Amino acid sequence: MKSLFKLTVIEMKLYLREPMATFFTLIFAPMLLLLFGFIYGNEPTPFFGGRGFVDSQLPAYIALIIVTVGLMSVPIATSEDREKGILRRFHSTPASPAIYLFANIFTYFIMSLMGVTLLFLVGRFVFHVKFEGNIFSILAGFTICALSFFSFGYLIASLAPTARTAQIIGMVIAFPMMFLSGAGMPLEVLPERVTNISKFLPLYYVVTFMKGLWAGNSWAEHWLEIIVILGLLVVGAAISTKTFRWE
Amino acid sequence: MSEAVVEVKNLCKSYGKIKAVDDISFEVSSGEIFGLVGPNGAGKTTAIECIEGMRKSDSGNLKVLGLNPLKNGRRLRHYIGIQLQQSELPARLKVWEAIDLFSSFYQKNIESSSLLNDLGLEDKKSSYFDKLSGGQKQRLFIALALLNNPDLIFLDELTTGLDPQARRTTWDLITGIREKGKTIFLTTHYMEEAERLCDRVAIMDHGKIMALDTPQNLIRNIKIETRLIFNVIGDFPLDTLNGIKSISKYEKSGDKIIVYGHDKKMVKDTVNFLVNNNIDFHDLKTEQATLEDVFLTLTGKEIRN
Ligand SMILES: Nc1ncnc2c1ncn2[C@@H]1O[C@H](COP(=O)(O)OP(=O)(O)OP(=O)(O)O)[C@@H](O)[C@H]1O
Ligand SMILES: [Mg+2]
Repeated sequence: MKSLFKLTVIEMKLYLREPMATFFTLIFAPMLLLLFGFIYGNEPTPFFGGRGFVDSQLPAYIALIIVTVGLMSVPIATSEDREKGILRRFHSTPASPAIYLFANIFTYFIMSLMGVTLLFLVGRFVFHVKFEGNIFSILAGFTICALSFFSFGYLIASLAPTARTAQIIGMVIAFPMMFLSGAGMPLEVLPERVTNISKFLPLYYVVTFMKGLWAGNSWAEHWLEIIVILGLLVVGAAISTKTFRWE
Repeated sequence: MSEAVVEVKNLCKSYGKIKAVDDISFEVSSGEIFGLVGPNGAGKTTAIECIEGMRKSDSGNLKVLGLNPLKNGRRLRHYIGIQLQQSELPARLKVWEAIDLFSSFYQKNIESSSLLNDLGLEDKKSSYFDKLSGGQKQRLFIALALLNNPDLIFLDELTTGLDPQARRTTWDLITGIREKGKTIFLTTHYMEEAERLCDRVAIMDHGKIMALDTPQNLIRNIKIETRLIFNVIGDFPLDTLNGIKSISKYEKSGDKIIVYGHDKKMVKDTVNFLVNNNIDFHDLKTEQATLEDVFLTLTGKEIRN
């Protein structure tokens, strides 16, 4: 227990000592919100279904945080720790390998949550964003989306032969997905040809789920999203626990 | 002989066609410093890591402190310390954080500040791992291997990358640990290190143990020639040395001449020859066999430092 706690604290410190990870997790989404918020304002328009740009797009930026942590931080850090023999060094002590995974997943979760909190604070204090949902409902939804994408990240780390390939695979999947699924550019501005592709991307379902819960929808209205997200979670976790290598 | 803390019987491990460890057997007794020496690729790391339980052997019987290192690995690791030949810590981890974290993995710990002091790391406590020099990293890994006050310590390439000063300090540290009744199992490239430090040495090559004994016995048992080394000024008709019966072999590199022979007579004969022929020589010295020579004879290889 003591070691799990210590390792978690250390993993958090290490995360924050990595400027790239810190930027993409904590700064990037609030920065985009500020930028586009100042351009588009937050006046209600029919274009965003009677909401303002910020009211409509802020929950989509939650998906942006989830995908950068899940598909960039997780595979890069995990495969690097493996490649450098850091995992092996832990393995040469009585520490259970499980504490490494727990500490890391918990760290990724808390860091993403911090990013979401900052995003929300910027929305609230700069743009007076309207939140019509239930805080517990969106927190729970955020949790399954985050875990689902983390498992996707572990899947990449397990299958990639080297840290370098893990990084490339993560980026190749993450970047197009960000632009095509409404996490970066609002779904409303994407042409229909593009949104037809979006429906094949798991991130699209995170975007619509977060937007729905933000607007006060119930989980029942999002059964398709929930199936896709839980499906990814199950597949990612099953394959990565089977194929995960400590060295 | 006191009780065996490590028992290895017919250990084998292959990677594809390479027999990295090819049927080796030996025991390490409580309280000794046991060294596995051999050239690159001899199979030292494979052997020591199988014994530690870090790799799975193909066949053979292993017992470490009475436990099976694979089946009882987690329990065993409370009583042993491991320094891996190759490993790293997160770049942005500070020295004190590493010590603090690894201490938390064990039930019992020793006082880490005196350990850092002994290893000359006390003023590096707040440094990031990637800001340490190679030797400082190595010393940190030694510290991590000693944190739980282990009864048995495995050190793979103990002093590779250390400067002579740090190497000497590390040797003192290791002898100090042995004096507390601990057992040390190390691998090394450095024959001098094995000779100075080890109570017994196993010489390994191509996955096999070629010889196992105390350094003194290994040197005594091998019939190694004495070398006589001297420099000459100007031309020297080398082949005139052929006339001296007690010389078995000679070499010349630049002004330096090395003469080999089995008995003491060779030295006397050669010097007489030089004096009688008015040959201007200087820097004359003789060299007796070392563990290095034992190694060379057994494996036919120069060990690479
Ligand atoms: N994980 C591995 N996969 C494949 N081959 C390996 C592996 N580890 C070691 N080998 C091979 O096994 C042989 C023994 O390697 P090992 O690392 O045990 O030697 P060593 O004596 O420790 O060498 P060094 O002095 O360079 O550390 C080598 O031929 C090496 O290429
Ligand atoms: Mg080795």
